[in-house]
Order: sequence, then C-alpha cells, then structure tokens
Amino acid sequence: MARVLVIAEHDGATLNPSTAKCVTCATALPDAQVDVVVFAVDGQALGGQAAAIQGVDAVKVAEHPANEHALAAVLAPQVAALAGDYTHVLAPSTTYGKDLLPRVAALLDVDQLSDIMELLGERQFRRPVYAGNAIVTVTAPGEETVVATVRTASFAAAPGGGEARVESVTLDVDLPTHTRFVGLESSASDRPDLQTASRVVSGGRALGSAENFDVLYGLADTLGAAVGASRAAVDAGYVANDLQVGQTGKIIAPDLYIAAGISGAIQHLTGIKDAGTIVAINKDPDAPIFEIADIGLVADLFEAVPALREALQG
Amino acid sequence: MKTILVGLKRVVDYSVRVRVRPDGTGVDTGGVKMGINPFDEIALEEALRLREAGLADSVVVASVGPKAAEQQLRTGLAMGADRAILVDTEQSLAPRAIARVLLALVERESADLVLLGKQSIDGDNNQTGQMLAALWNRPQATFASKIELVDGCARVTREVDAGLETLEVDLPAVVTTDLRLNEPRFVKLPDIMKAKRKPLDILSLDELAPGLAGGPTPDAYAPPPVRSRGVMVDDVPALLGALRERGVI
Ligand SMILES: Cc1cc2nc3c(=O)[nH]c(=O)nc-3n(C[C@H](O)[C@H](O)[C@H](O)COP(=O)(O)OP(=O)(O)OC[C@H]3O[C@@H](n4cnc5c(N)ncnc54)[C@H](O)[C@@H]3O)c2cc1C
Ligand SMILES: Nc1ncnc2c1ncn2[C@@H]1O[C@H](COP(=O)(O)O)[C@@H](O)[C@H]1O
Repeated sequence: MARVLVIAEHDGATLNPSTAKCVTCATALPDAQVDVVVFAVDGQALGGQAAAIQGVDAVKVAEHPANEHALAAVLAPQVAALAGDYTHVLAPSTTYGKDLLPRVAALLDVDQLSDIMELLGERQFRRPVYAGNAIVTVTAPGEETVVATVRTASFAAAPGGGEARVESVTLDVDLPTHTRFVGLESSASDRPDLQTASRVVSGGRALGSAENFDVLYGLADTLGAAVGASRAAVDAGYVANDLQVGQTGKIIAPDLYIAAGISGAIQHLTGIKDAGTIVAINKDPDAPIFEIADIGLVADLFEAVPALREALQG
Repeated sequence: MKTILVGLKRVVDYSVRVRVRPDGTGVDTGGVKMGINPFDEIALEEALRLREAGLADSVVVASVGPKAAEQQLRTGLAMGADRAILVDTEQSLAPRAIARVLLALVERESADLVLLGKQSIDGDNNQTGQMLAALWNRPQATFASKIELVDGCARVTREVDAGLETLEVDLPAVVTTDLRLNEPRFVKLPDIMKAKRKPLDILSLDELAPGLAGGPTPDAYAPPPVRSRGVMVDDVPALLGALRERGVI
C-alpha cells in the first residue's frame, strides 16, 4: 500500500491548482492513501480547501508563525519530521516544489526524482530529460521513501466535492533563522494564470518592444487567454520573467497555444508539448515551430494577430 | 569573503538535439559537441564579478566527472577562475551524490559562498544546490536573478512563478543561478594561454567522498512522443476556419 504525503502549495489565502494535480498523481499509485499537508500561519481555511479535493483522506495543517512565507529552509525540516509515516512524498514541479523537495530529500538522506510525468508502479516512473528530447524510465532505489516532484502539465486537477478530515499537527523541530523573506514583486494581472489557463497567446523576440506586446494582449483578452513568452522576449525585458514558457520556465498544457513570432527552439517547445492545439504565426516559412504546429500561418504577426482578433470579434 | 566555489558540469551543448540510442540504453553522446552547463557559466560569471568588485579573494571551479571535463575547467580558468578541481569519476552520479562530493569540497576549500546552476540541461534535475544546502545545514537561494552582498548576508532576488522574490540569507550559503542573472563574458585567446598555467587539481572520488550510493536507476530511455506537422493555412480567415473545425474556439 502506498501512503502518500502531498505538500500543498498556496499563497496564504488560496490553494494553488498544482495541489489538486499532485493528488491526481498520488491517487494513481496502487492502493494509495493520500494525505495533504498545509504549512501556514493560519491554515484552517486552506485546510478546508485541501479537504475538498477528491481522493484526499486527511489534511494535516501545520501552523507556525515562521510559515508565513514558503522558505525551503524553514519548511523542509517540518516535512522531514512528518515524512516517516509515508512511503511517498510529492510536491508540484513549480518553483515552490523545486525549491523545497530536494532539501527534504537530503534531510531524509534519500534521492529525489524530478518532474514525474507517468507512473508505472509504486517505485517506477517516467520523466523527461534533455529538454524533453528523451523520456527516461527510472526506479527509485531500495525501500527508501520516494520523494518526487510532479510535472503538473501531465496530470489533470482532481475534482472538488471531497470531504476529507482536517487535523492540526504540531511539529517539534528547530526552525532556522538564517533565511529571511524580504519581499515579493508580483507581476500579477487580471489575466488568467499562465500555468492553468486553457488558452495561451505567446510572443517572442519578434515583438520588438514591451509596447508591441499590446497586440498580443488584445488577442488574449478577446480569447480569455493568458499571455506567455519566449526566453528571448523575457531577456529583452518585453514582459516579466514569470511569463517564460519552456525548459527553464513554465511547462504548460493549454487546450490552445498561439505562438506569434517565436522560432521554436527545443527549449521553448518542451514547454508546450502537451498543448491541445498549437498555432504558429511566423513570417519565416522555415521556422522550426511549423514542424510541430497543428495550424501554421506564414505571415507578419503585426498584421495577422490584429486581423485574427477582429475576425473573432466580428 | 575568501573563497567562492562554483560547480561546472560538462554537458551536451544546448544547441544539440540529442537522440535516444535505438536500444534504449541512453542518448547518443558520441561525437556531439560538449560544453559547460549554461547555468554554470552564469554562476562563474557572477563569482568573477564579485571578486572583481573586491568582495571575494578567489574563485575555485569544480567539476565531478570524467577526465574530459578538464576541458570545461580550463574554459572556466580562461574566463578568470583562480583554481580548478576535477573530482575524477566515470560513474554517472545522482544529484544527492554530487551534493555530497561538493560538500566535501566546501569543507576542503572553506568556501563562504557556493554558486551553482539552477539545473543541469542534461538531467534537468534542479536538485544539487538545494541538497548541498541541506547537507551543509546552510541557507539556499535558488533561481537567482540578482545577488547583492551586504554585511555578511546575501540579498538574492529569485525568479519564482509569482514574480520576483527577494530573500536575505546569512553566509555561508548556496545560491543557484537563473538565466537573467548576467551575461557571461567571452573567453579571449590570451586568456586561454594563461589558463594553461593555472592550477588544476585532480582528486579521486573514492578518497574525497567514499561510499556514495548509486541513486535511482535509469531502466530505459525512449524518444518523446512526436507531434507531427499539421496544416498550413494561407490567411487569417482560413486560420479561423481551421480553429473552428478543431472545436477550440
Ligand atoms: C539553458 C537554456 C535554457 C533556455 N530556456 C528557454 C526557455 O525556457 N524558454 C524559451 O523560450 N527559450 C529558452 N532558451 C532560449 C532558446 O534557445 C531560444 O533562444 C529562444 O526560445 C528564442 O526565442 P524566440 O523564438 O522569441 O526568438 P528567435 O529565435 O529570434 O525567433 C524569432 C522569430 O520571430 C520571427 N519573426 C520576426 N519578425 C516577425 C514578424 N513581424 N511576424 C512574424 N514572425 C516574425 C522570426 O522568423 C523568428 O522565427 C534557453 C536557452 C538556453 C541556452
Ligand atoms: N557533476 C557535476 N560537477 C559539478 N557541478 C555539478 C555537477 N552536477 C551538478 N552540478 C551543479 O549543480 C547544478 C544543478 O544540477 P542538477 O541538480 O543536476 O540539475 C548544476 O548547474 C551545477 O552547477
């Protein structure tokens, strides 16, 4: 039997949808019993949100003033203290999970698996390597606790409506003070969240300036889509870093992905492999993005994108 | 601060599209272009800038890997590192084992700051820095896009999903780099010549960190599912038609 601990991700008020995706992965383990742990200052409401995820057996709420911000150095010893009761510890492969889970694994003196995309058994998984150019099947060694991050684009969120029990836990661990939160400069907008949006409009170097991205925002608003970008567009300062899609940015799986003025480097493509429909608009007919696009249009994006928006509105 | 330790991993160059071997035992690395993991080059550049700003005395680059990784270390020396260490092994080690080796080097060199990449672009693990910090019982600041040293602390801005987060960590600490921290310098020819005379120590893995566990076993490699080329449309109305046909709008 698998006893799974899923580490919840949240912003202090709302559970991140990545948590319900990890639960889907966890419940796919044979004969799984799934607990979710919420670390917070005041975690009762968050615990309630986690309890509503179908497939969850129990929610543990660990409240501590030091849990105000998700600092890996502070959270890892708490996870490690809980982990003894579990065969698996899972967290989403978001910046939160990637930061935290290796620290947990090291404290438990076990290896960690990153970005698991498929389960083949209790200890055997598939995960992408080389920017997604190869998929490796790996087996976690021996009897040790399996500590893994879950590639969220590979799992649908478990539905709501569940009624797990919620219990408070007190963890008797020393928490370090050597790491202090200073601030968060959030680029939050009213647009849908890139990681969960069902439609995404992305722009690349071809946009040429931050102002020119308005042409994409216009189309995104019409479609109710999130906005994404290539590394080149982020490096050039056209958009914020958290919009980068790809190997080293966000891995997403929207139903519709529209790439405008993006050439299609392997590092970018690995971020959109699981998208439903990929549309590419590029003025170079030989751009590599066309090799994987479901619908390709050779055109100047500054003409095609506004025209597409108008056609959608009309 | 005295010493900054920088990890340099030898990896298949980022521009190579690797292929899985037909028998599924791994990817074909024979004859392909190799280089320094791009994030590690950024880590080294940052270390050099800190030293050049008078904030550190010396920069040591280290690689755990085969003899051939001397090449990447020489490039690191040519970029400006003071010394290099190769921990010689043909074994392919998991991040936990690498973190143990790096911990032994941290102790050997009394490093005050360790700069690593956030992820190696072959294994895409994103683990080693966090594990080293845990084993060392020191702070970590991952995915750095800005590092400032003030009064025994590092103020690090991190690229996180929600935006840019700033942490303050006491030193010594481990910091891992993201793409926008800096743009690494180019190596000049005279520097390559000079680098040949800089010290490069070769240490045996068994002596430095005996008894390392093997890590997760790769059972088989497979190529990813291919997305095939779809349709090309001539104009925006045709694009709209194709979208409607697929039922996505
Ligand atoms: C370690 C590492 C990690 C990386 N990680 C990522 C990552 O996570 N995500 C990522 O995206 N990249 C990543 N990259 C970078 C990647 O290799 C490419 O450099 C990048 O994706 C290119 O961005 P781009 O397509 O916008 O720019 P370019 O490659 O310059 O392409 C611009 C395209 O726009 C087209 N164009 C120009 N003008 C117009 C116009 N008016 N109308 C229509 N089309 C036009 C051109 O034909 C061209 O195809 C990484 C690289 C490295 C080394
Ligand atoms: N074999 C190695 N030798 C030196 N540094 C390494 C090695 N493996 C990993 N690192 C460092 O750890 C970082 C993260 O690697 P990884 O956890 O494998 O994604 C890399 O960017 C390097 O800085």
